[in-house]
Amino acid sequence: MTAAVVAETTGASPHPEPQEHSPKRKLTGYWLLLPGGLWLIVFFVLPLYSLVATSLYDPDGSVLQGYDMTWAFSNYWHALQDYWSPLVRSLVYGAVATFICLVLGYLLAYAIAFKSGRWKNLMLVLVIAPFFTSFLVRTLSWKLLLRDDGFIVNTLQFLHIVGADGRLLATPVAVIAGLVYNFLPFMVLPLFASIDKIDHRLIEASSDLYSRPAVGFFKVTWPLSLPGVVSGTLLTFIPAVGDYINAQLLGSPKQRMIGNVIQDLFTKANDYPAAGALSVILMLLILVMVLFYVRRAGTEDLL
Amino acid sequence: MNSSWQRFSRWLKAHLVLIGGLLVIVYMFIPISVVVLMSFNKPDSKLVYKFDAFTLQNWLHPCADPSMCHAVRRSIEIGLLATIVATVLGTLMAFALVRHRFEGRGAANLIIFMPMASPEIVMGSSLLALFVASGFGGQLGFGTILIAHIMFCLSFVVVTVRARLAGLDNNLEQAAMDLYATEAQTFRRITFPLVFPGILGAALLSFSLSFDDFIITNLNAGNTTTFPMYVWGVAQRGVPMQVNVIGTLMFIISIVIVVGAEINRRRQEKALA
Amino acid sequence: MSQVAEAPTRSGVESYEGLRLRSLTKQFAAFTAVKSLDLDVPTGSFFALLGPSGCGKTTTLRMVAGLETPTSGTITLSGKDITWEKPYRRPVNTVFQNYALFPHLDIYENVAFGLRRRKSKEVDKAVREMLDLVELDTQARKKPAQLSGGQQQRVALARALINSPEVLLLDEPLGALDLKLRRAMQIEIKRIQTEVGLTFVHVTHDQEEAMTMADTIAVMNAGVIEQMGAPAELYDNPQTTFVANFLGQSNLIEGTVRGREGDVVKVDMQGTIASIPTERAHVSGTDGELGWVGIRPEKVLIAEVGESLDAPGSSIPGGVVSDVSFVGVSTQYLVRMPWGQEIQVFEQNTGRRRLFRQGESVDISWRPEYSFLLDHNQDATAGVDKEDAAS
Repeated sequence: MTAAVVAETTGASPHPEPQEHSPKRKLTGYWLLLPGGLWLIVFFVLPLYSLVATSLYDPDGSVLQGYDMTWAFSNYWHALQDYWSPLVRSLVYGAVATFICLVLGYLLAYAIAFKSGRWKNLMLVLVIAPFFTSFLVRTLSWKLLLRDDGFIVNTLQFLHIVGADGRLLATPVAVIAGLVYNFLPFMVLPLFASIDKIDHRLIEASSDLYSRPAVGFFKVTWPLSLPGVVSGTLLTFIPAVGDYINAQLLGSPKQRMIGNVIQDLFTKANDYPAAGALSVILMLLILVMVLFYVRRAGTEDLL
Repeated sequence: MNSSWQRFSRWLKAHLVLIGGLLVIVYMFIPISVVVLMSFNKPDSKLVYKFDAFTLQNWLHPCADPSMCHAVRRSIEIGLLATIVATVLGTLMAFALVRHRFEGRGAANLIIFMPMASPEIVMGSSLLALFVASGFGGQLGFGTILIAHIMFCLSFVVVTVRARLAGLDNNLEQAAMDLYATEAQTFRRITFPLVFPGILGAALLSFSLSFDDFIITNLNAGNTTTFPMYVWGVAQRGVPMQVNVIGTLMFIISIVIVVGAEINRRRQEKALA
Repeated sequence: MSQVAEAPTRSGVESYEGLRLRSLTKQFAAFTAVKSLDLDVPTGSFFALLGPSGCGKTTTLRMVAGLETPTSGTITLSGKDITWEKPYRRPVNTVFQNYALFPHLDIYENVAFGLRRRKSKEVDKAVREMLDLVELDTQARKKPAQLSGGQQQRVALARALINSPEVLLLDEPLGALDLKLRRAMQIEIKRIQTEVGLTFVHVTHDQEEAMTMADTIAVMNAGVIEQMGAPAELYDNPQTTFVANFLGQSNLIEGTVRGREGDVVKVDMQGTIASIPTERAHVSGTDGELGWVGIRPEKVLIAEVGESLDAPGSSIPGGVVSDVSFVGVSTQYLVRMPWGQEIQVFEQNTGRRRLFRQGESVDISWRPEYSFLLDHNQDATAGVDKEDAAS
């Protein structure tokens, strides 16, 4: 709060103003922000600091005996060495799932925004509704659908898309399909918000100016929907990379993602320093990728 | 024959995008229909692979496994408490951000944005690291889950309410003041009623986020079991069909709320048109 | 602070019965929106603040309403200083630019809002009467979004009027309506003002609207009032090039003062001597001084070469018609003069004479009592509607 008071006195306007209300009004802002802000600082920012500290603890300690702070940067090296493959796998699965979500989500968002007419609201409800039904229960029913002698696998076998003893469960396909399914609404909603704002006359104008539909799409619709594309891909990619539910329920140890590893290190192996180091690595990786991506997409004001 | 085929292909071309969109929606609903179907299943064995026989037993006796109903109750309690606290704190923050000028706005925005841009596993593990480091490692449970849920719901509340507040015409409040309403009356008669739909939406979102959260909760739950944690546990050893009853109920309730809100809106619009 | 509060002639402030602004100033960061404005609005008048966008008229209005705090200066109403008073403690109400009707309240509750805040009794009777006055009695239970633009406008008016404010402020109240509706509402608002007898202060950038409705107009430009008076007075005898161009259109021709004779000023205007009545000559009048001779296009007479004109003195020869626009009630000519300037001429289509064609030679003249003389230091294009000038 001291910062606020200092800003108050230095930022005073040179004009004779009625001084009785404006400073009070400025302080009100801080009071309103204070409780929620404190909550986020204590339970979001401080834990990140704590996580970094944990990642540098002596790897030979244990939860029961307590850890010593030994600035063991080697934890990071070891974690990368031991778990680089689930880390890379997570990023690849996340990227593929995000791309498929973008294609399906764009189709759906475009259809709702421009083609649904009076059914627009109904279709939006249908997009949001699955989101309110338990994530885990839905993933379990995917497991049921993709089971080895289930309808889907039998059909694919009949069409010789998978081999006679081929399966879907415990394959990357199942895990990615699960990720796509679970995070699709996160893609559709921001896309819809962006596409719905596009003035339809702009598209008509582009076709009036000799653009074929495909050209019109890539020269007008797509660029104008970029803010939605950026926030949609971020909202899909970030949770998809960190997710371990789909890998656990639809995959096998061969499809272990980084989330599985961190979760197991914390709860089963009780190796806090390694788990902490992996979490920090994941956070930094995502931060760097997001910053780079947002910079490239040229929509910094989005944040 | 030929011309009807042409007409069909022209129709198909015009509606291709819509058909594609509908197929995506069908894709989204396949697992949900399985959930609904399975809530009426009477399985032959404990490990369920298919629909064996129709029964209403699951619906009539949802608490056949008392630990499931216990977990559901826990989730509802945590969800309600987290929603109330997050909605109040988040609404205050949204007002501060939209209606007040102060230094450090950028930092405030960043702190609010970051939780939404962080993977759950990172938020969960850092909270656990904090609890353990500060000596609360042995007291994980209801309280720590609640703390975590309030934290990740907050940002969503701020963003939702802020959008509604920013869309509010500034002139309305000035008009109220011009018409002899004091600051307090202006807030009560104009600002609050107009922002309320946004606050309500934020609360619904908070509740469903909290009720459905697994990754963060699982790391900070200690011995407390929420509904998603119960499902995770039984997923390994055989899922009781009552889980599908809860899933179906959640689906129906959310549909009723969303459709109800929409119908209400339309009725208000039509009432005197 | 203190010197501002003590500002000019305290006794004069106390005795004035209308709205009085004294050295009112508003600065936003580096930009001064209103510069030391002095203004008196008599009780019961329909007063218009007219000016282009960004001239400070809306800021002035908002300071009177209490929605903006002045940087310095005073605002008094019936002798009471209201400069720092909260908006809800002022006997002043506003009709907002986009109406600012409360979307969640029906028409009845919108209109009743001010009365309810002041715990007035007989709310129902007053609201019914007010809705009758604006002819919306059948719409009382509709929401604002269900009304047309013109109806919303009348609700906004009713919602402010019902409080019988000492001053009613109208901020571009008709800006969102189409031309036809705007004309109808102008007459309607004028009728209501006459009926209720309150002081109206009307902010607009539309000069026709100001002239139709107001009995006094103050023309504002860049934070200061350029000229104030009755519409006809401003139009006939503008004192600055800005007023001459912003209020209607003017031809401004460069000339040199050649001394006074009785109650006229003689000006050599490109070789022709023009006589301008002293009360219309807004220059110092010293011999050899440059000035702008102004004449409204409809006051310029046009004739065939050599034809006698209904104006004393000689006509100005050598004009060539360079453009003809036939607009029904009148014909608008552009006549290129020998010194290169194009003079606008509006002639009523009385049918008395044929139309001139482009390229024809003509004589022009005007009655000297219609012309005016302005300071040459002022920009001859100030206040010209840029879009009009471009076309």
